[in-house]
Amino acid sequence: MSPPDDRSAEGGGDLNRPGQTKGPVMEGYNFAYLDEATKRMLRRTILKAVAIPGHQIPFGAREMPLPYGWGTGGIQVTAAILGPSDTLKVIDQGADDTTNAVSIRRFFTRVAGVATTERTAEATIIQTRHRIPEQALREDQVIVYQVPQPEPLSRLEPRRAETKRLHSLADYGLMHVRLYEDIARYGHIAKAYDYPVMVNGRYLMAPSPIPAFDNPKMDRMPALQLFGAGREKRIYAVPPYTEVRSLDFEDHPFRPIRAPHACALCGSRESYLDEVITDDRGGRLFVCSDTDYCSGRVALREAAE
Amino acid sequence: MSTLTPGFADPVLDAQATFRAVLEAMSRPGRIQRAGTGLRPPAPMMPAAAAVLLALADSGTTLWQDAGTDAEAWLRFHCGAPFAAMPAEAAFVLATGAPPVIADLNAGSEEEPERGATLIVQVAALEEGAGWRLSGPGIEREHRLAVTGLPSDFVAAWARNRGRFPRGVDVILCAGERIAALPRTVAIAEG
Ligand SMILES: [Zn+2]
Repeated sequence: MSPPDDRSAEGGGDLNRPGQTKGPVMEGYNFAYLDEATKRMLRRTILKAVAIPGHQIPFGAREMPLPYGWGTGGIQVTAAILGPSDTLKVIDQGADDTTNAVSIRRFFTRVAGVATTERTAEATIIQTRHRIPEQALREDQVIVYQVPQPEPLSRLEPRRAETKRLHSLADYGLMHVRLYEDIARYGHIAKAYDYPVMVNGRYLMAPSPIPAFDNPKMDRMPALQLFGAGREKRIYAVPPYTEVRSLDFEDHPFRPIRAPHACALCGSRESYLDEVITDDRGGRLFVCSDTDYCSGRVALREAAE
Repeated sequence: MSTLTPGFADPVLDAQATFRAVLEAMSRPGRIQRAGTGLRPPAPMMPAAAAVLLALADSGTTLWQDAGTDAEAWLRFHCGAPFAAMPAEAAFVLATGAPPVIADLNAGSEEEPERGATLIVQVAALEEGAGWRLSGPGIEREHRLAVTGLPSDFVAAWARNRGRFPRGVDVILCAGERIAALPRTVAIAEG
């Protein structure tokens, strides 16, 4: 079995219609691409990850037909859980239409024949790179995060044997010192992405490079949250309704930050915004990073007019 | 040897559906899921327990079971899992009779708690809405679960299992085609 060539896959444009699509499973591949032994191994790992919230578990990663950095960890987790009745949404920094999101969606359309959607509310599985949708997730949904670096202590302690020991002791003094140094130097914690969290009061966890703005959405979320790191070959999880607390200090409480503007398209003052350069004379505006949320609000406004 | 009954009718999609049922059960302790519809494993193995093992056990996992020689032959053929001599050595432990003492099973290590065993216990009945009051990760406020057929000291043994977190054993309860899970994080208060 050879992996499908992703470059040729880029050419098959009709597989990527926006909105709901459903196609036949490509012949010659097992359902959802992975062989059954690999799926069982991933599934056993996922179940233990759910039983030990926030604890990173190594797994035997398989070669995937996309390079690292394209979400191979998330893809393996999605492939292990996905079934024919699922509806898959894939976002990259909030958008459904980037090359990365389109490629992953097309991959699962081909190898699993599943329905895909750009609507958060219609999805049963949401694979994401670097955002959590604005619309609150439900009990009947699973969110799968693509994780480049699963170890929150990696920049402070490069030795894996040592970080394992620190997690086993719940010794997170290194991280507290690092955050406190930020406060001493800048007056605040200078971490806008991948802001470390404590899960269920026990494990320090990297939420993946989502903006710190999204951290509060993880806390007691009704949906199951699964995290896959392809290059580092680790899986971790946050069960539904589990406490996820952003690290902070009594005199410097955690504050989720967003640009102090309204979205130029839908007017939202609650959503996370991206800055867009509009011309070469310094023109810029702010728009929602979550394209489904934004277009839904624009459609509502147009319907009202 | 008697003729073996078949495993999953669709090995790929039935394994996926069973796994999702177990994932849902493990993610929301005390909520009952269905698994093993259509399976006819050798007695005393129940369809749900058979489905869980078909979906998760293989040559990469050690298995211990008390269901007898027909069940052993069936599991050997369909899962290919190597059998452990003692429950303490197994990744998956299937108890169709009195379950082994939880404290005697592999609980993993402080650094690798994921090596803790999964204990599959067959019980007489599972019902939501009465019985135990469950709380912990996966539970918004409280889930209630009535389990018929566990030893009377199970809840006390469970409290000790939970007390050594992150080490511990995770339990999957099976009754016919019903399953409910007890991840090591869940707290059980008797109703
Ligand atoms: Zn907007």
